Amino acid sequence: MAETPDKNREALPQPAGSAGVSAVNDWFVREVLPLESALMQFLRRSWRNRGDAEDLCHDVYVKVYEAASREIPDPAKPFVFAVARNLLINRSRREQIVSIDTVADPDTLGIARDEPGPDRAAIAKQELHRLQAALDRLPPRCREAVVLRKIEGLPRREIAQRMGISEATVAEHLAAGMYALADGIHENESGR
Amino acid sequence: MSDNQEQQQSVSAAKDVRVQASRWRERRDREDFGSADQAELDAWLAQSPDNMVAYLRVDDAWSRADRLGALRRPTRPVGPERRVLIARIAAALGLAAVLGVVAYSEMDTPVREHTYATAIGNREQIRLADGSEIELNTDTTLRTRITPQERRVWLDKGEAYFNIRHDAAHPFIVMAGTHRVTDLGTKFFVRHDSDRLEVAVMEGKAQVDANGKTDVKPAVLLPGDVVVATASSILETKKSVQDLSDKLGWRQGMLVFHHTALADAAAEFNRYNREKIVIGDSAIARLTINGTFPSRNVGDFTHLTQEVFGLHVEKQGDIAVLSR
Repeated sequence: MAETPDKNREALPQPAGSAGVSAVNDWFVREVLPLESALMQFLRRSWRNRGDAEDLCHDVYVKVYEAASREIPDPAKPFVFAVARNLLINRSRREQIVSIDTVADPDTLGIARDEPGPDRAAIAKQELHRLQAALDRLPPRCREAVVLRKIEGLPRREIAQRMGISEATVAEHLAAGMYALADGIHENESGR
Repeated sequence: MSDNQEQQQSVSAAKDVRVQASRWRERRDREDFGSADQAELDAWLAQSPDNMVAYLRVDDAWSRADRLGALRRPTRPVGPERRVLIARIAAALGLAAVLGVVAYSEMDTPVREHTYATAIGNREQIRLADGSEIELNTDTTLRTRITPQERRVWLDKGEAYFNIRHDAAHPFIVMAGTHRVTDLGTKFFVRHDSDRLEVAVMEGKAQVDANGKTDVKPAVLLPGDVVVATASSILETKKSVQDLSDKLGWRQGMLVFHHTALADAAAEFNRYNREKIVIGDSAIARLTINGTFPSRNVGDFTHLTQEVFGLHVEKQGDIAVLSR
């Protein structure tokens, strides 16, 4: 009976005749994205070149998303790690350097099982710490723009005035801040 | 070698698409983002799952970053308070030019929208820029929309306690399902289950109506008044302020029961825990419970029913079945 227009998700497309898109998107945000730090840990541990982890992670997301568009896998966690493992195996084959320890079994790392994990409250607290740490790591001007926008809720015009820069530059700072926070919230290194 | 090159390309493509997604999310956030922009964004998202997953990821992170704002406010004067401060300093120094900027920014106060959500067993405190406080109970979703004209929140599900700075010029309105609660005073709580709405006032006054429908008379609640509304009925009762504060035991992480049926007590525990209590025997559903219990400690509670009522507790994974 509740009217629930969700403002945060209204940007996502809802093309006629594919009611599934928003269900897949919701599932992806709810079930898959929270696995990112475990997934990155697995990818860094299992792949020789740690610098590839971000790209591997993105590729895993794409494959998982494509599979979910056909049918949403349940539970999500073992499926995501199975996709990651297959991706690594295929990459290894392509590069002709298959070695036994290239692809650790996620189960033996104790991260692919679908279990409750730590207390939700602890997770929420950790997430806030990560967010604050990520915010603190931003370059000063970028940080200032994000604080004015996110914490003080000012419109771009006013941020530009306060910082004495153009609105286009404000937009650049904000986009860079969003990129870094998206990494930081999952505790990925965002230095590049 | 060609494989390698292809991989190199896909490597830079991954970072590239995340950068693009961040730019889109930034654009989406702008005040002048219109339907033409939206159509362009939709087209970009529909182009490939690469775009979609990168966008979902940055969108999710940016929404979650709202929490930075919610938790920073108490320790750091921001928004209006800081503007007032600047205005005072400016006035003291006689800086008309600075005052001009402040007046301008006051006129231009943006629409602020946030979504807050708590998981099962969690609570969260929100402090609004006007000093009002909202406490979210377990498994609750609340959206806020603060405009220069009014303060409006949607309690999509769950329970919240409101301590509102009353301001007739900027009404504070809680939308909950088919009903609407308007603050006329200070402290009240709203609980919104799937088919039931409960509103109780601790201090001051609040008005409950059916979203402005004229055939239903609005109810004005005074301290101790409780309204329980379903789609087809509205029931008004009066409780002591002590009873009401027991209902708010969750703010300290406690459940308070006075002659509460075991079935109802179990239902309360189940709101706060993934581990669920099931009454396996209808004969015991009406046993009564008194006392104050930590809401997250199902084990203690079931153990107590074992001790006191001689019940049998059978654990089946996340379920504890109580029976004779």
